[in-house]
Amino acid sequence: MAHAYTPGLKVLQETKVHKDRILPLKGDVVVKQDDQVKPDDIVARTHLPGNVQMLNVGNLLNIDPSDVEATMTKPIGSKFAKGEMIAESKGIFGLFKSHVDAPIDCTLESISSITGQVVLRDAPIPVEVDAYMRGRVSNVYPEEGVVIEADAVFIQGIFGIGGESRGELVVLTETREDELTAEMIKPEHAGKVLVGGSFLSLSAYKKALSLNVAGIVVGGFNYFDLEDVLGYTLGVAITGSEDLVTSLVLTEGYGEIRMGSRTFDLLKQHHGKFTSINGATQIRAGVIRPEIVIPLDPEDIHGEIKAIKTNEGIQAGSMVRVIRAPYFGRIGTVVSLPPELQKMESETMVRVAEVNIDDEVLVIPRANLEMVETD
Amino acid sequence: MAGKELRTILATDCGSTTTKAILIELTDQGYRLKTRGEAPTTVEAPFEDVTKGVLNAIMEVEELSGLKILDGDQIIHPMRDDKTGVDVYVSTSSAGGGLQMMVAGVVKAMTGESAERAALGAGSIVMDVLASNDGRLPHQKIERIRQLRPDMILLSGGIDGGTVSHVVELAEVLAAANPKPRLGQNYKLPVIYAGNKKAQDNIRETLGEITDLDIIENIRPVLEVENLGPARDKIHDLFMEHVMAQAPGYKKLMGWTDAPIMPTPGAVGSLIEMVAKQENISVVGVDIGGATTDIFSVFDGQFNRTVSANLGMSYSVCNVLAEAGLENVLRWVPIDIDEGELTNRIGNKMIRPTTVPQSLEELIIEQAIAREALRLSFIQHKSFAVSLKGVQSQRTISDAFDQSGSGETLVDMMELDLLVGSGGVLSHAPRREQAMRMLIDAFVPEGITQLAVDSIFMMPQLGVMANIENEELAESAKKAAVEVFENDCLIRLGTCIAPAGKPKPGAVMLTAEFDLPGEGKKTIELRTGELIVIPAPYEPIKAILTPAKNMTMGKDKGEALHTEVYGGTVGLILDGRGRPFELSTEKAKRIENLRKWSKSTNEYPESKSLGGA
Repeated sequence: MAHAYTPGLKVLQETKVHKDRILPLKGDVVVKQDDQVKPDDIVARTHLPGNVQMLNVGNLLNIDPSDVEATMTKPIGSKFAKGEMIAESKGIFGLFKSHVDAPIDCTLESISSITGQVVLRDAPIPVEVDAYMRGRVSNVYPEEGVVIEADAVFIQGIFGIGGESRGELVVLTETREDELTAEMIKPEHAGKVLVGGSFLSLSAYKKALSLNVAGIVVGGFNYFDLEDVLGYTLGVAITGSEDLVTSLVLTEGYGEIRMGSRTFDLLKQHHGKFTSINGATQIRAGVIRPEIVIPLDPEDIHGEIKAIKTNEGIQAGSMVRVIRAPYFGRIGTVVSLPPELQKMESETMVRVAEVNIDDEVLVIPRANLEMVETD
Repeated sequence: MAGKELRTILATDCGSTTTKAILIELTDQGYRLKTRGEAPTTVEAPFEDVTKGVLNAIMEVEELSGLKILDGDQIIHPMRDDKTGVDVYVSTSSAGGGLQMMVAGVVKAMTGESAERAALGAGSIVMDVLASNDGRLPHQKIERIRQLRPDMILLSGGIDGGTVSHVVELAEVLAAANPKPRLGQNYKLPVIYAGNKKAQDNIRETLGEITDLDIIENIRPVLEVENLGPARDKIHDLFMEHVMAQAPGYKKLMGWTDAPIMPTPGAVGSLIEMVAKQENISVVGVDIGGATTDIFSVFDGQFNRTVSANLGMSYSVCNVLAEAGLENVLRWVPIDIDEGELTNRIGNKMIRPTTVPQSLEELIIEQAIAREALRLSFIQHKSFAVSLKGVQSQRTISDAFDQSGSGETLVDMMELDLLVGSGGVLSHAPRREQAMRMLIDAFVPEGITQLAVDSIFMMPQLGVMANIENEELAESAKKAAVEVFENDCLIRLGTCIAPAGKPKPGAVMLTAEFDLPGEGKKTIELRTGELIVIPAPYEPIKAILTPAKNMTMGKDKGEALHTEVYGGTVGLILDGRGRPFELSTEKAKRIENLRKWSKSTNEYPESKSLGGA
């Protein structure tokens, strides 16, 4: 029988985090092995081939496609400035000539004698990759990119929007049950990563956007408010490319759900530290969860750093979180894992776990439990 | 050459999350399913080798069957003795996102649509259809191709001997985009050209260098004929050679199988096509998954498949909500529920896709969403499964009053004989009545329609068995596929009997007389708005069905139908809700009706939230 539980989200107070910083196409790596880097340092750069425009010169000059090449002013591979003449018809006795000008700064890539089309390519687009987090260059892939390594706190969220962002970590709520309200967000929070407890309203998020807050980490947000933020209904959870100044990481899910205590305590412990976050989420095969990385100072590193644990599955004694109604968001300890299938209220026959939640033992489908992975 | 009689067949299906293995054995009652096993698919990190999941699933089969199939990590085949090995091993795959294609044609509604049909029929997801007349400028098309990074491209366009320039122009767009394949950087993108014969040389010149170009017969040699076979076969070959060969572990798996690995939906489609042909019936098959919903149909001997890429029950559940609208999901929910709370719950299902409904309320919501996902997918299917567009037909005076013409949908619900459902929400519904109700409410069958579910989604494995080409194995494997499909694959739910027409409120719309096994004759009057279940086994039952004067059972209005119907685990459902079927827009009335139907069909357990005691 396949394991019927969701792999847990990681909440690690000290671990080695490795981040691949890879170019989309081959280019230049500008740092060396073992260099110490800051989040904004550029580690690699390249140029993407420019966009392409097609122009039907045959039609524009009203000539046969096979004659197009003879009308071109320069050969294939030549550069043209915007407005420069690229082709000119012979006209009649050298008179009544017509011509076609380059619509953009471009390079002439090809000419078709069948259709009369010419292909023009824009100037290359420069692309740079930064280090994302403070750390050491632990590996260099020549021409492709690097791996940055850091001793850090590493926390995964369940869902996020907006891409990579960074700033000083500021915990705004007293407890993990408290809502992060609009009133709590102030102009001095520009460029910072804010932490709240159970909930963030749409108006509070909008205020954060208007004040250029770098990011927010919170327990829950309303699903239907996403439409207002994104401008469309989010149908599948694939995010990260939104152009949002404030990245948002939800640690628990949609609705008002208090943040897990370990997550909240850990964030509180690192109040004031410089933090990198990424809201990019992809819930498909090859799942990507949003993350919070807080690189540690040497004095904060205690003893031996544990590697990220591989998932060993739920056992008696495991700390778990319920991830579906009716006990959604509650955290407890597994008491036992009865092997036989049990009938739920829905009459679904499932494998279950008995979970102690606030001194009450509840029977919950194992598929609706998630390990709280801690170190 | 006489075929070899196969004693045991092992087949696996590598899905994106689960790898399923089935073992089929030759018994005194013909070929039967002996046992099955499953294990998580291991295409992705940390394993990155699909064969590990395959071996795990087979190990479970070994344990349950007592047969020794594995020797280390080798499958023993053919059989060494009664207890060791299997005679044949085959597999399908949809892991790693399945096969993702882009297709192109000159006219979107003609060659573009033919190319799309060929790609879908081969089991692919069609990411986009490019056409000369799709309204996009060349640079927009180029940007789109570069963005999507398909696994392969099917380029068609023009009838043989027609104009060359349009299809060459499309090839130039492709060349300018210089697309890179999704998986692996070290090979050229496969492009299949299936267009105007006259343009082949120009296409070779334009695309031969930068892509891995294959030129095959035109998909639309003349306007009146669609020639999809060669394109489908070529897609299957390239799927194996290029796409699968790039996925981790597949080279090894390809070495194990006795027949090429097929894309999962391609295998299912070919099985449905075969069943429809053998029994000379019209069939609709649906597979509702976590991310996508596939629909297959055979009407008038014509096969069609569509895949609704973002209508599913977990990964894309929110997209169902977005496309259907909250009010359309809510109209199936017989309880009062806060809308904000409901959307958050559905959102949470999307971000935690593997959870199961624990409470009755959660189950009801999930099944309401399923109805909408199925309904929307079927609308897409109906608009795609059409007769060829652009064909001129000779018209007589009698046709002047007939609206049918080219581009008409082939789907005729009155003609539909068998509706097969599969996918977790249908196959694993706690009560079979729920599966039957979801199918009826979403597909709205008319007249007499048999319903079934594929209990453990065996259709992919049976499909690939039916497609084995090796002469020595083909006959036996095909026989096994058909027999297992009949005996073990389908759970026959029963038959829906639904007169079409707009019935008068409270009136008797159908009088049905059945000769029930063990019970004798029984006459039932079906009134407007009723749903009646008559328990009956899966056996032929003589029936006389007489609709009211303004209703029809497929013949003239009011004309009685003498026929045979089949029961099943649920039985016969008489549906008096009329066709077209509409729910009341008044909330209280709608909830009252839903509860009444739920009770009469024994859909949900008695519960306070459903107005019970």
